[in-house]
Amino acid sequence: MKTTSATEAQRHRGNTMQDKTLRGVLALALVAALLPAPAGAQSSSVTVIQNGTILTVTKGTIEKGSILIRDGKIAEVGKNIKTPAGATVIDASGMYVTPGLIDCHSHIAIEGSVNEGSVAVSSMVAVADVLDPTDIDIYRELAGGTTTSNVLHGSANPIGGLNAVIKHRWGKGAKELLFEGAPPGIKFALGENPKRSNFRPPAGFPQRYPNTRMGVMDVIRQAFIEAREYKKSWDAYNKRVAAGEKSAIPPRRNLKLEPLVEVLEGKRYVHSHGYRADELRQLLLLAEGFGFKVRTFQHVLEGYKIAKEMAMHGVGGSTFSDWWAYKNEAYDAIPYNAAIMTKYGVVVSINSDSAEEARHLNQEAAKTMKYGGLTATEALKLVTINPAIQLGIDKRVGSIEAGKDADLVIWDKHPLSVYAVAQKSLIDGAVYFDRKKDIEQRAEIAKEKKALLEKEKKPAEPAKKESGPGRPPGAAGKAPEKKPAEAKKPPMNAAGGAR
Amino acid sequence: MRTRLQELTAEAQRTQKMHGENKGVNALTLLTLFVALVLLAPAAMAQSGKSYAITGAKIYTLAGPPIANGTIVIKDGKIAAVGANVSVPSGAQVINAKGLEVYPGLFNAVTEVGLVEVGSGEPGTVDTNELGDYNPQVAAAVAVHVESEHIPVVRASGITHTVSAPGGGVISGQASLIHLAGWVIDDLLGKKSAAMVLNWPSLSTRPTFDFATFQVRRRPFSEAKQDYEKKVAEMENWLERARHYAQAAEKGSKDNFSRDEKLEALAPVVKGEMPVLVMTNDDRDIKNAVEFCEKQKLKMILAGGREAWKVKDLLKQKSIPVILKRTQALPANEDEPYDKPYSGPGELAAAGVKIAFATFDTEFARTLPYEAGHAVSYGLSHDDALRAVTINPAQIFGVDKELGTLEQGKIANLIVTNGDPLEIQTEVRYLFIKGQLTSTDNKHRQLYEKYRARP
Repeated sequence: MKTTSATEAQRHRGNTMQDKTLRGVLALALVAALLPAPAGAQSSSVTVIQNGTILTVTKGTIEKGSILIRDGKIAEVGKNIKTPAGATVIDASGMYVTPGLIDCHSHIAIEGSVNEGSVAVSSMVAVADVLDPTDIDIYRELAGGTTTSNVLHGSANPIGGLNAVIKHRWGKGAKELLFEGAPPGIKFALGENPKRSNFRPPAGFPQRYPNTRMGVMDVIRQAFIEAREYKKSWDAYNKRVAAGEKSAIPPRRNLKLEPLVEVLEGKRYVHSHGYRADELRQLLLLAEGFGFKVRTFQHVLEGYKIAKEMAMHGVGGSTFSDWWAYKNEAYDAIPYNAAIMTKYGVVVSINSDSAEEARHLNQEAAKTMKYGGLTATEALKLVTINPAIQLGIDKRVGSIEAGKDADLVIWDKHPLSVYAVAQKSLIDGAVYFDRKKDIEQRAEIAKEKKALLEKEKKPAEPAKKESGPGRPPGAAGKAPEKKPAEAKKPPMNAAGGAR
Repeated sequence: MRTRLQELTAEAQRTQKMHGENKGVNALTLLTLFVALVLLAPAAMAQSGKSYAITGAKIYTLAGPPIANGTIVIKDGKIAAVGANVSVPSGAQVINAKGLEVYPGLFNAVTEVGLVEVGSGEPGTVDTNELGDYNPQVAAAVAVHVESEHIPVVRASGITHTVSAPGGGVISGQASLIHLAGWVIDDLLGKKSAAMVLNWPSLSTRPTFDFATFQVRRRPFSEAKQDYEKKVAEMENWLERARHYAQAAEKGSKDNFSRDEKLEALAPVVKGEMPVLVMTNDDRDIKNAVEFCEKQKLKMILAGGREAWKVKDLLKQKSIPVILKRTQALPANEDEPYDKPYSGPGELAAAGVKIAFATFDTEFARTLPYEAGHAVSYGLSHDDALRAVTINPAQIFGVDKELGTLEQGKIANLIVTNGDPLEIQTEVRYLFIKGQLTSTDNKHRQLYEKYRARP
């Protein structure tokens, strides 16, 4: 099949995406008065962050340092940087600057359920098709310093849907959330969730194969056997075309198998949910048998038991800080997991899997200093450069270096302290979150909400249009048809499980 | 985890089985057990009567200004002395805590510790929810699993005691105060009937996931109201009967009196002796609960209190304390400021409401210090945060004469740390529970040691 069909698949998704964006545009027009304009729209193309303690992550710490940002990229980092005329200056005196935090496991900004749980292999579905740019969690996480997220399908299936790596460009459309050029990925899941231990369909709904860890592995193996055959048929076809054969008939396209062929070809990352060492080991063996690599294990709570094997395979570990015992397969989880995996040479990240936890990934990283004695830099890496490596976007983000995207967070205290509060979050050099501005505008938003409620009580009038640039979300930053946050996300376990 | 003693006991029993002809307990077994008891008992249960002196530490008594270079003497499970000029009694084990800090042990005000081992509901590991809506007669302490792996994990974070609470139904049962160390429940038990748990019937129409239909469902208000009114009437009826029962128990004839466990359990509640832990979150529900408790003359503790900040003046006016469920939570509504759950505790404290922090669960019980610390970042004073995990919950549950500060005569639940106990990187160096130097070892550390040493 090669690139032809892959591109088609992308185009197909692209179209859906456009529809989505179109709908988004319509919605935006309807609530134009209400949606906050992106704060970033105001920024000039040259910005200098001055006088801060810069935690570059990869190049040490610079006291009283500056960062020159030009056209969304970091142009220069250092102690003695001249401020060009006309540049926007952000004073970071007494503050700390870090790269924007990266969450390697998220389910925010998904419209509806995160699980296509009806089938055991759902590789034909894609998160990018259902990105919801109005999800308030995008903004809430920005306010905690998270600027990039790996938005994953749920874990109800041994082979789940395709992921979407996004930047938290709050206020932009669905398409602009996507991290341009991020390598594509797919979600796999092992253990209790795909075998549905903590979940039974209600009466009248059939149970779904698999029901055991044996079955989970069988489903994955079977899918790759099919994918290999499928690839063979495309390879044969492409060979005939290349040889100049005009009458060659292409194989029938299979959207379920195409992403798996990409996995076999090393073009798509496998992000596999898993807990127990045994199931993780089995997936590595299976992958090695088919000749592909697992990019990351997600959760990987028993990664510390097979850190050696993980390092040998080259799989990354994306784990929680101190979660344990919330289900049986998490009973051997230990908060030292990240530290042990790190010491064995595994590329480790700390993820959230939760719209709340993603608001303080810095704190979660700090826990690895207490549990396992990682250094401050090692701890920071867990939520910056390491998840960037895992997602294949480390040339662009994850550290403060010239040439990288200006995705930065300014903190009032050292970010590994529980007392640190993010003051500003920048993406591509534009300020997308500003705590001071957020607080200043709360009264106005409360007033506007009150007015809207009053208006609701009166007979309908034609909608008035007005814009509020740079306004943080609030009463006004909400599409009227949207349900409360709880509405769209049933308990993860109930829906087949994300965790 | 099995203790070494359990292993030895099991081994002794196996030995006995192998020698089936010997019906009696042989001398060797007895000796083994005796040796095990005396020599292998962990520090948690060191010989009572042993005294300790912690010297050279900065002591945050929370009953006055910190003592820069103080000494605490612990004897017979109690704080015997604390101050700058306290002499070390002879025979006391001295802990040189120069450069370290001493605080009262942290109090996680509501958890399920001991009642839940595996959160997802492995049936064998969960003892929180009894069947039926009215179970005032059940008490958490009765089901606390003393060997739970959670207990050592939680205490390693400096939490020395907790109120473990049952859940479910309307009146779930009695929450019990337990100390987090001991061999049998007798050692752990602080106060069996610390509070009666009442799940306030909510008028909320927030969408929930309905397992029966397998869909997200928003309750119509009419349905919520009908259910609410029915439950309020039921509660009133129970309390009314409990009042009659209490009266009959005190004044009635013994011959005509038949015992009723449920009404008996409710008697101290209607007399205002036992507080009611009212679990509710939304402002409207809180207001309704306050009105109900006032009318019924119940001593209310608000538990959960996600929107307590909206009714802080009412709570202050009625002197109702609040035990806050996890600060690190998402705002209840999309249009709330992003940091509302973080700033709410500070707003309540500023309004003069007594607050305490709690995690309400088992698996995250150890994160209590960070819930409090996070609130400090958003407006709560550090002192108030510290009090909210020590003396405030002690006062709320009426045990402040025994716990919550470092004062002479109080139970010696305290921690020696290398810094601020609310900060993430701080380590608990020494831990005293009921005056016993208690190990901070736990399942997690053991697995860590085991696997970091993997060849």
